[in-house]
Amino acid sequence: MKYQELEKTKEYKYGFTTDIESVKAPKGLNKDIIRFISKIKKEPEWMLNWRLKAYARLKSVKEPNWQKPKYPKINYQDLYYYSAPKSVKNKPKNINEVDPKLIETYAKLGIPLKEQEKLSGIAVDAVFDSVSVATTFKKKLTEKGIIFCPISEAIQKHSDLVKKYLGSVIPITDHYFATLNSAVFTDGSFVYVPEGVRCPMELSTYFRINASQTGQFERTLIIADKGSYVSYLEGCTAPMRDENQLHAANVELVAFDDAEIKYSTVQNWYPGDKDGKGGIYNFVTKRGACRGKNSKISWTQVETGSAITWKYPSCILQGDNSVGEFYSIAITNNHQKADTGTKMIHLGKNTKSKIISKGISAGHADNTYRGLVDISKNASKARNYTQCDSLLMGNRCGAHTVPYIKNKNSSAIVEHEATTSKINEDQLYYCNQRGLDQEEAVSLIINGFCKEVLQQLPMEFAVEAQKLVDISLEGSVG
Amino acid sequence: MLEIKNLQVSINNKQIIKGLNLTIKPGELHAVMGPNGSGKSTLANVLSGKNGYEISGELNFNGKSLKKIPTEERAQRGIFLAFQYPLEIPGVNTNNFLKTSLNSIRKAKGEKEIDAISFLKLVKEKTSELGIDETILSRQLNVGFSGGEKKKNEILQMKILDPNLSILDETDSGLDIDALRIIAKGINSSRNKKKSFLVITHYQRLLDYIKPDFVHVLSDGKIVKTGCSELAEELEKTGYKKLN
Repeated sequence: MKYQELEKTKEYKYGFTTDIESVKAPKGLNKDIIRFISKIKKEPEWMLNWRLKAYARLKSVKEPNWQKPKYPKINYQDLYYYSAPKSVKNKPKNINEVDPKLIETYAKLGIPLKEQEKLSGIAVDAVFDSVSVATTFKKKLTEKGIIFCPISEAIQKHSDLVKKYLGSVIPITDHYFATLNSAVFTDGSFVYVPEGVRCPMELSTYFRINASQTGQFERTLIIADKGSYVSYLEGCTAPMRDENQLHAANVELVAFDDAEIKYSTVQNWYPGDKDGKGGIYNFVTKRGACRGKNSKISWTQVETGSAITWKYPSCILQGDNSVGEFYSIAITNNHQKADTGTKMIHLGKNTKSKIISKGISAGHADNTYRGLVDISKNASKARNYTQCDSLLMGNRCGAHTVPYIKNKNSSAIVEHEATTSKINEDQLYYCNQRGLDQEEAVSLIINGFCKEVLQQLPMEFAVEAQKLVDISLEGSVG
Repeated sequence: MLEIKNLQVSINNKQIIKGLNLTIKPGELHAVMGPNGSGKSTLANVLSGKNGYEISGELNFNGKSLKKIPTEERAQRGIFLAFQYPLEIPGVNTNNFLKTSLNSIRKAKGEKEIDAISFLKLVKEKTSELGIDETILSRQLNVGFSGGEKKKNEILQMKILDPNLSILDETDSGLDIDALRIIAKGINSSRNKKKSFLVITHYQRLLDYIKPDFVHVLSDGKIVKTGCSELAEELEKTGYKKLN
C-alpha cells in the first residue's frame, strides 16, 4: 500500500463568522490606541502606565527568529488591537442578557452556555474577540471565595491582586510577543483560589477570533493560594480567513505551598487551507511558577490547529519538592508548522519534572519539539524524565526533536527518550484484517500513540480532543 | 465456501505460488503443511487481502470473487486470519480493540453494535471457555505479550468474532504444550457444519489435537500431495524431502 498525499481538504468545522456589529479601535499600534483600550476598559492609572511601559520597551526589542517555522513579516500597524461586539458595550449583568447571536455562536462551537450552566458543571468564561461576554457559575464559586472573572473586571475589582501578580511570571521585558501582549492585551481570564480551597468544578474559557484582521491578545492569570487546587480548560477556534491572524497570548500561573494548578488546552485555531493559505499564527507565552514548596503545575495541550504554533508552556520550579509536568500532542497536517515544547527550570531541591510530547506530522507539515531542562546549582536531587515521540504519516512531512539539557548539580538525574516512527503498514493490515477500515485503523493507532496525553485531560475534553485528533488527520493516509 | 483455482502469486516479480488449487467446503478443516519458503504464509496473506501481491487465477469466497475486495471487507464477510506474528499496537487497549473490531463486523452485516455489558459477558464466557487469563484484555494490544500470549489472544479474537473461515498461520509455532491445548480447544469448540478452517502448520503436533479432514502438502508454490490425517503422521517420520 502506498501513502498518498491527501487531496481531500478537511473541512474546518468552526469556519463560520458571526454577523455582529463590532466596536473596533482604529488600525495601528501607538500610544493613543493603548490609551483607548485602557479607557474603554475603565482601567486604573497604574494599569495604563504598565501598558505604556511595555509599549516603550517594545520599540527597542526585535521579534525572536530562532524558531524553525519562519513567517512573513507582520505589519503591526495594519492590525486592529481592539474589537468588541457592539452589544457588549453595555455589559450584560447575567447570561440572560447576552446577545442571542453570541449564544448561538457558542452553541455552534459546542458550548451552549445556558445548557452548560445547568448540565455540565463547567464554569465558562467566554472570550469573544476581546471582551469576555458571560461568566457562568459565578455564584457557586463566589461561595467558596474563588474569583473567576474576565481579567478586565479583575483589574477594576481586584486591583491589588492583579497588580501584585501580573507580569510576575512573564515580565513585560520577556520577549517581543510577551511585551506586545503586555501593551495591548484586551481580555482573558483571572482566577484566584484562596488558601485551602479545592475548586469544585473545571473552569473553562473558550476563545474565539471573529473579526477580520484582529489580533487576539488575551492575558490570563491564575493564582492558587496555599493548599488549593484548580483545573482550568481552554479551548480555541477561529473562523476561516484568507489572511493570517496573529494570536499572541500570555498566560501566567502562580502556585503557592502545596497548591496545584492543572491547565489544559485544546487548540483548534484555523490552520489555513490545504495549500497553506491563511490560518492563525499562534505565538503564545505560557509560564507557571511553582513558588511554594510541594506545589505542582501541570500543562496539557492538544494542538491541532493554527498555521504556525510557536509556544513553550513552562514551569519554574522554585519551591522545594515542587513538580512540573508537560503533556503535549501537536498535530500538523497540510502546510501547518509547529515549534513547541516546554521549559522546566529547576531551582528548588527535590524538584521533579516530567515531559511527555507526542508529535504527529502529515501532508507537507513540519513539527518540532524544542525543550529545555535546566537544573540549577541548588536544585539538588532534581529529577527530570522526558519522552518525545514523533509519528510521521507519508513522506513529505518532517519531525524534529531539539532537547536542551543544562545540568549544574551532580545529584540530579535527567532522562531523555525519543523515538521517531512511521505509521506501520503491518499494524494497519492487522487492524484491517479485524474489519476496521483505513480511517478507523489510523484513528485507533493515533489515539493509542497519544493516549498518555489524552488521558491527562478531564473527561469532557478528552472525548472532544479525541474527535479533533481524528478530524485533523482525516484523509491523510491513502 | 472457499474455491481457489490455478492461483498464481508474485511479489516483486518473484513467483511464490505457482498454480494452486484448493476447495474448502463448509464444516471442513484443512491443514496445509510444507517446508519453509513453500508459500504457506503467502497463501494466508493473499486470502486475507494483504496488499503488494500480483495475483492471477480464481479466488472465490461464497461464490463471489475476492480479488477486488479490500482486507476489511473480507474480514467483515467472515474471513479471519490468526497472524503468525501478531502486531503490537501501543496505547490501544486489547478489550477496546476487540470491541471496535466486533462492532465494525456487525455494522457491516447490518447488525446492531454490541453494548459494553453484553460484550463484557461475551468476553468472560470465551476466556473462561478457553482457559485464558482475562487480564490480557486490559493490557495494550499485544504489547509486552509473550509469544504464547499473543497466539492465545489471536484465538480469543477468533472465538469472539466468530468467522466463517478461519485461517491460522502457524499459530502453533513456538508454543508449549499447555498453550497448544488452548489453541486446539479454541478450534475444536468452534467446529460445526458451517465453519471452515485452514490451518497452516509446520508440525504434526497440533494435528494430534485437531483432526483435519484433509492434509495438503505445499511445496514450491503448489499442492503436491493431499491426504487425510495419516499423511501428517507420515510426513513427521519421513520429512518433506521425499515428496519432491
